[in-house]
Amino acid sequence: MKRSIIGCLLALSLPAMASEYSGFNADASRVSFVSTQMNVPVEGRFERFSGNIRFDPDAPAGGSARLEVELASIDTGLEEADQEVASAEWFDIAKHPKAVFESSAVEPLGNQTYRINGTLTIKGKTHEIATEARFEPGAVGAFSGSFKLKRSDYAIGEGMWSDTSVVADEVEIRYRIAAPAH
Amino acid sequence: MSQTYSRYDPVAIALHWLVAIVIVCNFALGVYMHELPLSPWKLKIYSWHKWAGVSVFMLVALRLAWRGFHRPPPMPASMPTWQRELAHHGHHLLYLLMFAVPISGWLMSSALGVQTVYFGVLPIPDLLDKDKALGDVLKQVHEALNFGMAAIVLGHAGAALKHHYMDRDDVLTRMLPWSKPPRKSQ
Repeated sequence: MKRSIIGCLLALSLPAMASEYSGFNADASRVSFVSTQMNVPVEGRFERFSGNIRFDPDAPAGGSARLEVELASIDTGLEEADQEVASAEWFDIAKHPKAVFESSAVEPLGNQTYRINGTLTIKGKTHEIATEARFEPGAVGAFSGSFKLKRSDYAIGEGMWSDTSVVADEVEIRYRIAAPAH
Repeated sequence: MSQTYSRYDPVAIALHWLVAIVIVCNFALGVYMHELPLSPWKLKIYSWHKWAGVSVFMLVALRLAWRGFHRPPPMPASMPTWQRELAHHGHHLLYLLMFAVPISGWLMSSALGVQTVYFGVLPIPDLLDKDKALGDVLKQVHEALNFGMAAIVLGHAGAALKHHYMDRDDVLTRMLPWSKPPRKSQ
């Protein structure tokens, strides 16, 4: 009895003791977004992406994250738009197949929340972004959060699509990025 | 006194023609827009089409409520029973379709994952979750109901013209906004 209790305690404390998370777990990760057309929010997502996280909850400032999203795997939420957004006016996927996020700083805000700064590169254009992410520890740890970007900053939707009264400039990106504990 | 008053009341007439105009225009818009290549214009008119559909739904609800308190004038005594019954069934079916068509459009939008936001301001709640297969079925339903309604509307208009030009009764004129004030029935 006593032994099993100790066993349980040990098992419970294992994830907490795991001092570092590294690598990437695609199954527990997701990247989705909410675009707005004619004031109607439409949810979309990306099916394929890869990444790499290094994160030690005891030394968060040394953490880093990199995420690469395969833009061709987009599900815009509007079936006929999935083809359209591959075009040069949108992502120009032939020339720029990936969106890349690279963190530059991780700052703990308390209560398992962190401010992550970094750069986001889409369609050859790079901008600084900041996002607040919540960390869930476990055998697979995950950061989740959201941030907003302006599609015009990245020239996503040029020409006739630059009319932001139809497709809004602001797009909300939602993410959950997971990595196994070691 | 009311026996000689054979016209519809002005509110019923106004609602009839307002709904008729919106339905005909929105039907044409629906036929035109669905084959368009994706563009901002297409997204715009899809939204307009939905707003018009929601408007039809509300106007028809208003019409029905109004009709509940203002009985329509009776059909001419000269009409054979089968024609009266056909007219009644036709009118019931039209009311049913004037609700069913916008409802099917709303459900289809929900299932296809594009919520209806009335005039870009008022979100109409989604009754259905996103489900592409169901959305495609509802698209067929919306289309079938529309062409069914188009057929009945043609019958309705044809019958009104037949009453006017062949039977020479007041069935058409009593719904026209510009016809003369009520006259004594012969």
